[in-house]
Formats: sequence, C-alpha cells, structure tokens
Amino acid sequence: MHNLKKVESISAVNNFVIKFANVNGSGSASANQMFAKAMFRMGIPVSPKNIFPSNIQGLPTWFEVRVNEDGYLGSRGGVDIAVAMNPQSYSKDVEEISPGGFLLYDSTWKRNFNRDDITIIEIPFTQLCVESFKNPKQRALFKNIAYVGALSALLEIEYKVLETLISEQFEKKPSLIEPNLKALNLGRDYVLENLSFPIGITVSRSDKLENKILISGNEAAGLGAVYGGATFCSWYPITPSTSLAEGFEKYAKKYRVEKETGKNLFASVQAEDELAAIGMAIGANWNGARAFTATSGPGISLMSEFLGLAYFAEIPLVLFNVQRGGPSTGMPTRTQQSDVLACAYASHGDTKHVLIFPSDPKECFDFAAKAFDLADQLQTPVFVVSDLDMGMNDWVCDKFEWDDKYLFNKGKVLSKDDLDEMENYGRYLDVDNDGICYRTYPGTHPEKGAFFTRGTSHDEFANYTENGDINAATLTRLMKKFRTASELVPEPIIEINGKDSCGVIFYGSTSPAIHEAKDLLKEKEINVDLMQIRSFPFNLDVWEFIANHDRIYVVEQNRDSQMRTLIMAEGGISPEILRPLVHFTGDPIQASFIVSKISEREVNYKSHINAKKR
Amino acid sequence: MTFIKPLNHHPKLEKNNLGLTRRDYEGAVSSLCAGCGHDSISASIIESCFNLNIESYKVAKLSGIGCSSKAPAYFLNQSHGFNSVHGRMPSVATGANCANRDLLYLGVSGDGDSASIGIGQFIHAIRRQVNMVYIIENNGTYGLTKGQFSATNDLDSKNKYGDDNLFKPIDLATMAIQLGATYVARSFSGDREQLIPLIMGAMQHKGFALLDIISPCVTFNNHAASTKSYDYIREHNEAVGKTDFVPLGEEIKTSYDEGTSVEVNLHDGSKLSLEKTDKNFDPCDAGKSLNFMREKEKEGKVLTGLLYADSTAKDLIETLNMTETPLNQLDQDLICPGSKILDLINKDLS
Ligand SMILES: Cc1ncc(C[n+]2csc(CCOP(=O)(O)OP(=O)(O)O)c2C)c(N)n1
Ligand code: SF4
Ligand SMILES: [Mg+2]
Repeated sequence: MHNLKKVESISAVNNFVIKFANVNGSGSASANQMFAKAMFRMGIPVSPKNIFPSNIQGLPTWFEVRVNEDGYLGSRGGVDIAVAMNPQSYSKDVEEISPGGFLLYDSTWKRNFNRDDITIIEIPFTQLCVESFKNPKQRALFKNIAYVGALSALLEIEYKVLETLISEQFEKKPSLIEPNLKALNLGRDYVLENLSFPIGITVSRSDKLENKILISGNEAAGLGAVYGGATFCSWYPITPSTSLAEGFEKYAKKYRVEKETGKNLFASVQAEDELAAIGMAIGANWNGARAFTATSGPGISLMSEFLGLAYFAEIPLVLFNVQRGGPSTGMPTRTQQSDVLACAYASHGDTKHVLIFPSDPKECFDFAAKAFDLADQLQTPVFVVSDLDMGMNDWVCDKFEWDDKYLFNKGKVLSKDDLDEMENYGRYLDVDNDGICYRTYPGTHPEKGAFFTRGTSHDEFANYTENGDINAATLTRLMKKFRTASELVPEPIIEINGKDSCGVIFYGSTSPAIHEAKDLLKEKEINVDLMQIRSFPFNLDVWEFIANHDRIYVVEQNRDSQMRTLIMAEGGISPEILRPLVHFTGDPIQASFIVSKISEREVNYKSHINAKKR
Repeated sequence: MTFIKPLNHHPKLEKNNLGLTRRDYEGAVSSLCAGCGHDSISASIIESCFNLNIESYKVAKLSGIGCSSKAPAYFLNQSHGFNSVHGRMPSVATGANCANRDLLYLGVSGDGDSASIGIGQFIHAIRRQVNMVYIIENNGTYGLTKGQFSATNDLDSKNKYGDDNLFKPIDLATMAIQLGATYVARSFSGDREQLIPLIMGAMQHKGFALLDIISPCVTFNNHAASTKSYDYIREHNEAVGKTDFVPLGEEIKTSYDEGTSVEVNLHDGSKLSLEKTDKNFDPCDAGKSLNFMREKEKEGKVLTGLLYADSTAKDLIETLNMTETPLNQLDQDLICPGSKILDLINKDLS
C-alpha cells in the first residue's frame, strides 16, 4: 500500500461514495449488488446506481454506491473509493477520486497512476483467481466476489452478513456457495495477511433501516400491478421499462397461478411494437380486464394515436412511462424527466391525460395499484410516470403495505340487473354530472347496453355524428371529467419551512436530492418551502401553494422546464413566479447542484429586494 | 344507402332456434354506397349468425378504419362494437380476446387497413393464433379516401382515373396460410351461396380464421380495367368446389366419389364438407394448397372457396395457458395476493 504524502486521507464512518468500474457483461453486477445489500443488512442507508452504456458486452460500466448514515440518498458526486477493475477506464476512474481517497485495483498488472494525493491499494485479483480456480469462466467471474471480500476487510463489513447473502443468493444452486465463499475469502485473506487495514473509511452497524426495503421502482410497480388486479400486460422491450413488465410476470407467475389446474390467472404478451402493445391493453380494458402497458419515450411517441382513441372513446388504460434521456433514441441508459409534456398532451386534437408521478419505489407500488382504480373510475388513460434512476436502481424505501379490506373500484360499470332496471341507456350520458358516464362490458345483457365504441365524433348514445355542437359538448364534458380527476389523483406533499421562504416545486426521482438540498440550504440560512407534485391535473393545493409564494424554483430533469410550462399553461401562472431550475445531463440531479443554483439566485433576490427598500 | 335483402325467398320473419328473426341480427341502416360489396358481406354475416343461432350479445365486432371498417355498425345491433384506429384492429382484438375468452370475435377490415398500414398487426395476430374471424373486405382500393391504389390491387389493373398500378399485389390469403392461419378462405361478396357456409365455418373454427372476400367498390374500382370489379370476378372466379356447412348431429347427405370430397371438423362438432372440383387440391395440406393457388393465379383465375383448414392447432389462450374463467371475471381475492404475502415479499426485500 502506497501511503499518501501531502493530503490527509479521508476518514469517515458510514458516509462515503464508492465506485466500481467494470467491463459490461463481466458478471460484476451481482458482486456489486452484494456489496450494496451488505450495507443495507448492516442497517446503513445506501443507494446503489448502475451507470451503464447502451451495450451488451465490452464497454465500461460503473456501479456507484453512496453510503450515508443520515439517509441522504440522492447522487452525491465525487468518489471516495474507486474499485478499478477495467483498465480501459483507468485514467477517468483514477482522476475522479477525491483527494485523500482510495484506489483499489487489480495489481496483477502493476501501474503507475500519477496521483500522490490518494491511497493506492494493490491486490492481484486475477493472479489470485487463476491460482485458485481451474475453470476459466470462474477465474474471470470470481475476481468480482474477491474484491468484495477485500473490501470486507478494508472497510470492516461484517463477514457474517456477506456469508448469509451468498447462501441466500445460491439457495437453489447450493453447489455454488462453496466456490463463492472461497472467492470471498481469497480477497479478504489477502488483505488480512498482506495489507494494513481497515482504511480510513469504514462501516459500522446502524439502525436506520427499520421497516425499510431495498427494491427498484420497476419491480415495485410490477408488483403493484399484480396487487392492483392487473390481469393483462402487453409490452415491447425498451430500456428502462422492460424490467417493469418482467417484474409483473415474475410476481404473477408466483402468485397468480391456479393451484388445482396450474393455469394462469393473467396473461402477458410481448407485442410486435408499441402500437400493438397499447392496442392490446386498450382491447383488454374495453372488455373489462385490468390491463396495462409499460414503455419509455420512443414508445410514447408511437402510442400517441391510440392514446387519443382511449381518451376520446373513454377507455381505461394504465400506462407506465419509465423515462430515459431524449429526444429521439437519445440516451437510452440515462435518466431524465423529459416526457412530461409529451404525456400530458399526448395525441392530436384536444387531449389531456392523467399523470401520476411516484418519487420512490414505495410510491411506484402504491401508485401502480391505485392507477388501475383511477383508470376505471375515470375511464381514461392513466400514466404512471417514473424514470430510469428510480426504475432501474435499487432504492431504500418504506415497506409495502396492503389493506385486505380495500376493494377495487371498478368505476361506473352496469350489470345485467342494472340494465334491466333502466329505460334509456346511453354510453356517454353524463347522468351524475361529473363528466363520467356508465360503461357496459361486451356480453353483459342479451338486449340492452350494447354500443359502438369509436374514435369518430359521437353523440351521447355512441352514434356517429357530424354535428359540431354535439362534438363540442363531448369535448366540454371531457374537461369536466378532467376536473373530477383532479379530486381523485394523489395530492401534492407540501412542507412549509418558514415565513418568506421561497418555494420549490419538484417531482419524481428528484426527491432525495431536494430533501438533502433543503437541509444544506438551511445551514446557509435559506429556508425553502417544498411541494412535491404527485399528479396532473393539479388540484387546489397546488394552486394555493403557488399563490402563497412570490418566487418558486421548479426543479426538474429536462431542458425545457416542462412541468413549469404545464403549470403555467394550466393555471395561467406568471412566468416570473415560476423559475426554472433544470438539470439534463442524464446523470441523476445532485443536492449540491440545487443548493448552488438556489443560493446564488436567492442572494441575488435578496440584494435586489434590499436595493428596492433603500 | 343499401337495403339489405334477405337471402333466398324465405319470409323475413322466419325464426331460428333462439326464436329470433333475421331482423334481430340487423344493424343500423348502412351509409355505404348503393351496390357496395361490403353491404352484401354484412347481409351474409347476418344470415350466418341467424343460421348458427348465435346470441348477438356474445359477439364482439371489431374493425379499423375505412368503408369496410364501418360495416360492423350495419349488422348485429346487440353486439358491442369497436371501431378502432386505422390498421390496428388486430391488436385490439388480441387484447379483448385475452380479457374474455368466451365471446366470439369478429374482425372486419379492408385491404388498405390490413395489407398496408396494419400489415404488421395482421401478421402477428395470425402468428399468435388469436381465436377470431378476420374478414377482409377486399376491393383493391382505398374506398374511404377516394380511390387510391391499395396493396392488393393487381399489377395490370388500373384505377378509376386510368393510372397504371406500378406494384405487384400482396395476396393476404397466401400470406395467411404461410403464417400459420388455421382457416383460410377466399370468396366473393356477390356469391352468397359460397360465402355463407364459409363464414359459418369460420365462426365455428377455433383459432385464426381469415376470410379474404373480394368486395367490389362500385364508386372507385368497378370499371372495365379493374380486376376487382363485379364483372371481372364473375368471369375469372374459380371455386375449389362446393362447400356445405353441416351442423352438429346432421347427416352429410351427398356421398361423393373418393378423393373428391373433404370434411373439415369444426370446434363445436359441426363440419364443413367440401366437394372438390380438382383431385389435386387438398385444403388440409398447406403446401399443396399453396401450389394449387399459384397455378390458378398463373392461369389468370381467382381461386375461391375454403383454401386451408387445420382444426388441431392451439389458439393463443391455450398457448398462454390461461384459466377457464375469463380474466375480466376473476374475483379480487383470486388476483390480489393480499397482505400476508406482501409481508413475505417485504421480508425477501430486506
Ligand atoms: C393513421 C391514418 N392514416 C390515414 C387515414 C385515412 N384513411 C382512412 S380509411 C383509409 C383507407 C381505407 O382503405 P381500406 O382499408 O381498403 O377500406 P375501404 O374504404 O376500401 O373499405 C385511409 C388511408 C386514417 N384514418 N388514419
Ligand atoms: S366508396 Fe367504395 S368501398 Fe366505400 S362505400 Fe362506396 S362503394 Fe363501398
Ligand atoms: Mg379497400
């Protein structure tokens, strides 16, 4: 171990960022995940982030883990420990390390790294594995487990925790437990026998994760769809939404199979494209099954025509949009929140859609289940809008909860008996004056309730009409329905932190960075009031929050400040009040970025106000 | 506007086993051009449903966009209908079929709808073996947008304005056989005697049943230089034989010479019996059938009748191993795993 000369080595307990640099497809993912899970099992808040190229094998890939006792789990920036296993990216990886940080690399091939302000830890992983394993595949694979073993000694990770994780992981293939443990000890023993340990950065058991789980938003949403009663899923593969459909299938295969017959109480169809995916989901919903599709930006573009049909013909539909970097094919493996407007107004003509924005996997689960109720109640597409950061990375969140007394709300659907009692059924009659009319499923009644669903202009009895007044009345009623929607969708979460504070509006995966930024700003004596928007249409709470602030920063991860545009357009809010604060590199937004932007502008604002007073 | 006349000279008020008259199977008054082939097809659908004693409310009518896709409004008033978007009926039908396996799915499309904008969905619905009747009302033109060439128009056919068609046609029936459709027939809107048993057979078939029905567009593609005109089809139509629909329990009356007749088993136990005109033709052998179709095409004939049938294949519902109960009728306690299981899942995730 080279000791650093000028700069003091970083010393921290349960508070650091470690970045693993690997080659895509080299089998590092499960080792890296094991590291993150070990932190979790030791009760220490942790946020792993996969930074991967749009490539299957060969290109560099990174796994960044922030460990933070205080529970700040947004991306932090900076690297305290680099585990550099990919010579291709050595120069970048080494350059990134903060002064005083640590570099662990495979010293089978020794290098000079030209940094005397970091501690360089050399372990010949390849050599160790070649000596200990015969099978060439295992030699390559077990390097990954070996560095986790080395870290366990260097950072004082509880060995027992790792041992348990390995035996859990290979529960179904017990023959793999022994070689994995061997690899783990290979790295660990090398440190114990040859190096000084622990280093300045260590971990120590904590108790911050009671009632918490570690899961990705996509898996959570897939599970939420199972709980919400979805029986049909149609989808087309696209990063980063694929794992949502797969999550649904995984849990459906486990909990939705008829015991006596082995038959499925669900169907999942991989469609030929996104047009077919949404068409199938619409067909199934029209027929009274709860159905959804999952996609990302390019899929939203393709689905637009059908979205207009579902809106206008009033067919329920749940659509998950796990956003990625756009425009066009854009940055398929990076995160953004840049489809807000494309979703809100998807399709030609006057259309508006219900959007809900989860901010962590717990909300992905809750909102996924809720979306099916909302879609059935409102008879319209409901978008659950998340993003790659929350969708594909494991996040710490509250445990899932389910109330067994809760009954699905299938909305206004008429049964045979209902129809028998009715004289005059009209599919688009606004009987209750809330903009929502009564549906019938095909096959309900031999003589009553049939109608012709169409995307062409129609009257209250679903008959084709070219009468402009009737069509205008339909469009007006749809706006009434949209207002009804604003009372049913999840309300914003508002946090008021003092008098004369500036407001901050945010949504989705920006949440952890915002909450950290709020505390950091407080240290600078800048108080911010927060409003986490959780849905569109906006309800009265949203307008009230805006009315109560003279300056509001709208923090979002897109170039055009799309949520701000939406708020201005829908509420006639002055652009001066809503101030864009955007980040759109494709990397998750960081608290430090928000802090610097807000404090800079708040300082300007205050000097401006003071100047006015003078 | 076309008035749909009942077939034969039966009094209109004759009743079927359900006590229903043909009128009970009618729809709204058609707004298509007088003489449009599509209206005759609607009449044959009505006749087929009447004959089969079908309960209209257990039929779902689906279509895309076009004159042909409007047709479902003009029959089976008691059925739910879904006029979707251009070329996308197959996906809607696929999802609807998965949601409720108990209904009869009747898709109506045009040659523009299925052979151009929707050809991808058409192909994949066949590939998945969606259990449905898929009718293409094929007029070789885009009726609703006023007479542009469609992809089924023959190379040597002209449009109404005298322009040449520059591209070879797509033959949807051939394609369907190649893709594994399990019931494929071609017919002519003007030949109800042939068409009705073919529609009835398709309705009783399990799996994807394609009916490619030549259906002249009197307004845009019925001129002398068209190969989809009434006159041209009457002249060039060659049937593979005479098809009869034989209901369950009824005797097949005619006994044909060996090698000239074929019986096709249908899902409900009924049969189609085909008296063939040519010994070389075999609707149970896809390869032979395709060869025969190709030969006839070379002779300049339009081959009609039952072209291919396989009553043994699995449909999508079976492939997906779906439960007997329609998905839209599953109770909440069957599909929501509940809090106890969620506790276990939470445990796995911590
Ligand atoms: C996306 C889209 N593009 C174009 C159209 C216009 N359009 C309506 S019907 C039609 C062609 C219909 O032709 P076909 O399916 O053969 O039906 P036909 O009218 O001949 O029965 C077209 C191009 C449309 N409705 N939607
Ligand atoms: S334009 Fe042609 S296809 Fe359309 S209704 Fe008239 S005749 Fe029929
Ligand atoms: Mg046509």
